[in-house]
Amino acid sequence: MASPSTTADVVATPSSSDSDNYLTHDKGIASWLLTLDHKRIGVMYLASVLTAFALGGTFALILRTELLTPGKTIIEHDTYNQMFTMHGAIMVFLVIIPGIPAALGNIALPLQLGAKDVAFPKLNLASYYLWVLGAVCMLTSLVTSAADTGWTFYAPYSTTTQTNVIPAAMGAFILGFSSIFTGLNFIVTIHKLRPPGMGWFRMPLFTWALYSTALIQVLATPVIGITLLMMMVERTLHIGIFDPTLGGDPVLFQHFFWFYSHPAVYIMVVPGFGVIGDIIPVFSRKRIFGYKFIAVSSLAIAFLGFLVWGHHMFVAGQSLLAGSIFSAITFLIAIPTAIKVFNWITTMYKGRIHLDTPMLYALAFLWVFTIGGLTGVFLAVMSVDVHLHDTYFVVAHFHYVMMGGAITALLGGIHYWWPKAFGRMYNEKLGRIGAVTVFVGLNVTFFPQFILGSRGMPRRYYNYLPEFQPLHQLSTFGAYMLGVGFLMTAVYLIQSLRKKPDAPANPWGSRTLEWTISSPPPYYNFHTPPTVTRGPYDDYEDLVYDPKIKGYVEKKSGRAASA
Amino acid sequence: MSDRAPEVAETPKSSSAPPPAADHGHAHDDHGHDDHGDHDPIHAANPHLAHHFDTPQQQFDAGKLGIWLFLLTEVLFFAGLFCAYTVYRAMRPEVFVYAHYFLDTRLGAINTCVLLVSSLTAAWAVRNAQLGQHALLKLNIVITICCAFGFLGIKYVEYHHKFEDGLLPGPRFAPTEQVWELPSFKAKHPEAAEYAERLVKRAEKLEGSKQGAAVPAPAVLGGAAPTSSTVAGNPPAAASAAATGSAPLAPGAVVEAKPELPHGTTTSAGTSPAETAPEKTLLSETTQNGEGRPTLEQVEPLIAAGVIGPKAENRDVPSRPRNAHVFFSVYFFMTGLHGIHVAVGIGVWIWMLLKAMKNEFGPNYFGPIDYTALYWHLVDLIWIYLFPLLYLIH
Repeated sequence: MASPSTTADVVATPSSSDSDNYLTHDKGIASWLLTLDHKRIGVMYLASVLTAFALGGTFALILRTELLTPGKTIIEHDTYNQMFTMHGAIMVFLVIIPGIPAALGNIALPLQLGAKDVAFPKLNLASYYLWVLGAVCMLTSLVTSAADTGWTFYAPYSTTTQTNVIPAAMGAFILGFSSIFTGLNFIVTIHKLRPPGMGWFRMPLFTWALYSTALIQVLATPVIGITLLMMMVERTLHIGIFDPTLGGDPVLFQHFFWFYSHPAVYIMVVPGFGVIGDIIPVFSRKRIFGYKFIAVSSLAIAFLGFLVWGHHMFVAGQSLLAGSIFSAITFLIAIPTAIKVFNWITTMYKGRIHLDTPMLYALAFLWVFTIGGLTGVFLAVMSVDVHLHDTYFVVAHFHYVMMGGAITALLGGIHYWWPKAFGRMYNEKLGRIGAVTVFVGLNVTFFPQFILGSRGMPRRYYNYLPEFQPLHQLSTFGAYMLGVGFLMTAVYLIQSLRKKPDAPANPWGSRTLEWTISSPPPYYNFHTPPTVTRGPYDDYEDLVYDPKIKGYVEKKSGRAASA
Repeated sequence: MSDRAPEVAETPKSSSAPPPAADHGHAHDDHGHDDHGDHDPIHAANPHLAHHFDTPQQQFDAGKLGIWLFLLTEVLFFAGLFCAYTVYRAMRPEVFVYAHYFLDTRLGAINTCVLLVSSLTAAWAVRNAQLGQHALLKLNIVITICCAFGFLGIKYVEYHHKFEDGLLPGPRFAPTEQVWELPSFKAKHPEAAEYAERLVKRAEKLEGSKQGAAVPAPAVLGGAAPTSSTVAGNPPAAASAAATGSAPLAPGAVVEAKPELPHGTTTSAGTSPAETAPEKTLLSETTQNGEGRPTLEQVEPLIAAGVIGPKAENRDVPSRPRNAHVFFSVYFFMTGLHGIHVAVGIGVWIWMLLKAMKNEFGPNYFGPIDYTALYWHLVDLIWIYLFPLLYLIH
């Protein structure tokens, strides 16, 4: 089909400081708010998601401060309940679920596919505005009587409490549609907008991860939609679905809720796997090991994730037989996950490791996510879960996978694609310091919580026994460290935007298509789709570092990397 | 409508001339048209071709995949409700049997036909668009919209009847008619309806005689031992949700023919001496009255509907099953959500009509009609499932 004319687009001056790019092409606030450009939408998502992260993180810091002493420290118990509810709801629905797909995926996916945009640009913008609307709804709950049910909204408390549950649930409902439309968009984009020569097994692993995530988004999210709708209708009209006095069943809510929310945690983490899968080969200068296995394992995780929701309900009264089956299938999920981790490590083996900031985050991910994932397998053992359910052990587990998995990968991806998206390099030294601070802070915050939990400290408790205080204080100290790390990261990243664009097309020496065009890219991405002749992690040896532009170029042609 | 869409042309064939160079024919393209190739012949010839697609075929295929994925999400959305329906029907079948008599099957069937017709016109509209038959396309869209409004109208009538008859979800459930008084029940189970009426009348008679003669009503129907303490006018009769609350009956005794104390007798001052009058049961009473033992046709529909028997709310008098409102909760939720989807569909069809009136559709561009019709078929399909599950319960 079309000739690989994109190489002609990328001239020897890869910096686009003076040339037109998607950031400068159209000016004015309307050109941003009404944009159909996936890159701009991705940037808006990034800013919004990180703002929500700051809000949810502030709540976390307040919660942790409250937990410095056994009794009241700074807030009342009711406020505490509302705060952990909003912390969870904001983090889950506003930050982590949209996070990597909507922010990084929107920026990078069409670029990785050599496409001009996603399949449905208007739907993409609609997804963003649904996010905003959902956020506004949740904030409405926050500033009125914030919900205090826990982010899990269990009936019958959620259907009877006097706090303002409905805006929070409605917010989550709307955010569900944002997620569905993003997933739908990505599936169609990946099916229909791949360039010539890019079969399924030449796509980058980030694309594979986004595809698997999108499948989960499309299939699972409608179920939480109807569940929240049922809960809201129950709350207002008392129709009797979850209320035992009216003939309903509260455990039915749990089944419906977790049927979505378990796949949801794979929505949270699988894109992270994709980011790591793209970073590690580049910074090891070595082709990924076991590409097909990693690609297919994302699909396997997506599939198995639908079959295990009952492992959240071992003590909810479901039968032992059901519990055993859920337990066994949960063990199975460890297999494709482990395949990924081992393949990444093998990729690094005998590679030439560059410890740039994205790689530091990727290494942190390997460590922290493994701990989180393994503790998940511990919890999958029914006999163990009976003791650890609703303790801090569970809290530590999911923070390790969500913070250590999803957020670490998000940060790694932000640092990896930052030069591409904004055309500026951030301060590398500060980047490394930030990464180490976050890594250390993460472990100091959450590792003590494993110990707390196994010693009996229940979750969502405002008061606790004095014997738990030292560990709580250690955890709180770690939380402050995390806060400092994130703040530092935010500062140097925003600082970098005030420079003039100085980033080369390919600062890291990657082989995926987004690095063949300028940083930042032109608004149309590619004149014509590039013809792909090799895999996404092949032939790193053909790229050589050019210190003049501080980026990689092709050895033979001196141009930036081609397809 | 054939399965294969006519080949979407890649060369200029549409009736409109290729737009001039400065024409921003891509309605949603916010990019300028500088010098990056949007003036290639394909885009120039197909004003509805978005800038990020290379060919109209690619755009159409993408849209097709997109709408099917969306329909999949809709199926999963409704699946939760169908799941709730299944769970409740498995747990409380009598509620569903009881409640379905209150629904007007005829109106439901008319609605089914209306939607099927609208699906036909929707599919036909796609064909019209593919063939560029503008007038027929507009007509079919209009008919589809009219059918949709008709559906909503009939739904409104049904809902109105329900509100009038007190058939509301949750605690507002207060039917104005007993199920055995309904024409649908009478038509299907005349003996059972008549039997229930007889039971009620007898209970009323007892209540009346009990109050008039100041004789404590026998705990057992049939005018048994008048020496029981004041059981008459006791609270449960009044508080019973059944409109026919009166003296205790002994439905259980009916079927089992056991001289058992009927349940539901409130604690009166002392134990009812009726307990010591085993021979005076409803059964014996009816036998004495020469009416014979109740037959299966008389009793079985009432038990299946939870009117009498162990699942009934009131063990003493024909009433209704416990938590009968659950059916109506599910009914209103499912049909309401479906109705919302019909309304949204109307909106989309109107949008399509507006575009069709500008003759925008043709062999090169019929995707939106295709996708809207697919959505409409799903809405129809969901109703096809809802109708038997809600209206045709036996």
